[in-house]
Amino acid sequence: MNLTVRESLIAFRRAPLLSALSVTTIAFSLFVVGLFGLVAVNLQNALRGVAERVEIVAYLLPGTPIESITLAEKDIEAFPEVQSAAYVSEDSALARARAELVEFRDVLQELERNPLPASIEVKLKPKFRDVDHVNEVADRLRGFGFVDDVRFGRDWVEKLDRLRGIAAAVGIVVGAAFAVVAIIIIGTTIRMAVLQRSREIAIMRLVGATNGFIRRPFLLQGAIKGMLGGLVAIGLSYGAYTLINRWLIQASFFSKEQAVAIVGFGTLIGLFGSAASVGRHLRRV
Amino acid sequence: MIKFTNVFKAFPKGGLALKDVSFHIAKGEFVFLTGHSGAGKSTVLKLVYADEPVTSGEVRVSGFNVAELRPRDVPMLRRRLGIVFQDFRLLEDRTAEENVAFALEVTGARRSSIAARVMRVLTQVGLAAKAQAYPRELSGGEQQRVAIARALVNEPTVLLADEPTGNLDERATRGVFQLLRDINASGTAVVMATHDLDLVRQAPYRVIELQEGALVYDSAVDEPREAASP
Repeated sequence: MNLTVRESLIAFRRAPLLSALSVTTIAFSLFVVGLFGLVAVNLQNALRGVAERVEIVAYLLPGTPIESITLAEKDIEAFPEVQSAAYVSEDSALARARAELVEFRDVLQELERNPLPASIEVKLKPKFRDVDHVNEVADRLRGFGFVDDVRFGRDWVEKLDRLRGIAAAVGIVVGAAFAVVAIIIIGTTIRMAVLQRSREIAIMRLVGATNGFIRRPFLLQGAIKGMLGGLVAIGLSYGAYTLINRWLIQASFFSKEQAVAIVGFGTLIGLFGSAASVGRHLRRV
Repeated sequence: MIKFTNVFKAFPKGGLALKDVSFHIAKGEFVFLTGHSGAGKSTVLKLVYADEPVTSGEVRVSGFNVAELRPRDVPMLRRRLGIVFQDFRLLEDRTAEENVAFALEVTGARRSSIAARVMRVLTQVGLAAKAQAYPRELSGGEQQRVAIARALVNEPTVLLADEPTGNLDERATRGVFQLLRDINASGTAVVMATHDLDLVRQAPYRVIELQEGALVYDSAVDEPREAASP
């Protein structure tokens, strides 16, 4: 077996308790990040569902000729922000109202004249579903002569936007905080490992080992611990997810790529923590 | 091969460990470094293998200017040297064979060649039969032989031995000393720090004596010992 690999595995055999402790702490840190990640993933999914329903409705003046409407519909669909534009006639608006507003069926049934205006419902492409673009498209719609009024859920769109921003910010802050904690923990275990093996390191130096060579097993050791921590964290997150799914709400788990990213992140934390620590302490041994 | 020119070495807390030491050791020589404990024998060796920085003066070791050596070149210097200590400095959790192989592995030697080279040096020091033994299962003399094998496995041009017999009984001392003589006979220079004057008298080798950090006697340049010592 390669010497570097063998040396780094020796640490697990020599200090099983310490190794288990550092894997556990990394796992726990990543688990908390993972829990937050799950919330973020599910929030993101929910937001996407909400965002899909963001639409702008342009109500048309009564008596607008169908030819102008068809033309306008084509124009609107050609806007770069627009995904689709659909004409809803007075009759179909009424039909929809009857179907959706069951409580008022009787009232709607007895109408002599259809009070509902015709409209064009505009749906934006996903990346344009924010306040600025919605406002812009709404303004352009008002420019058509036969458009009576333009409505859209302005507050809603704004709130949605803000939520998304908060989610991202909290994610970054919490993630960074726990990464720092994990790095400190790994650094400490590496420090102990270096001190514990100072005699061996001194001998390695005497026989002409380079610093890079001495450092490598410690780096690998840190990376392995980080990776194991990441795997355990995924396991714990999956457990939490299963419980939430069973008792609370329908949620979704990380995609394969996201799971791999968490394990990769753990590995990086382990590698970085040991790199930051090993150089400093090797100098003192 | 090893050349000290007006070398001074200051203790970190003040005072001088070496005062104006100059000597030249040629290829293939056997040199005793003698003097009381604290006279500076170990310091001379530490300067040779770049374990301590030179305060002033010049130290040259097989082509390396040690005083101006960059840290990353120190391992390259040490691969040309074999170093043996009074306390053996073996790794307790490795067999004799593994201890020796370790010195090759850290230098990135080809794995296929390691086993054969390790067995060859273990045979040379007379321990082929105990290759699988752990240090605690070996006598002091045997442990020192493992350490010598480890020092030899990189085929050094110089073997530095700091009180190699200091922890050994008389019989083991004779054995280890004979081994060092054999190694020297095959062409490797040996610098042996010792305060065992019986040993020094046994062999017709060059003697460099230190006293409180100063070189007070060098049999290669001074008159014979009896005349120099009061």
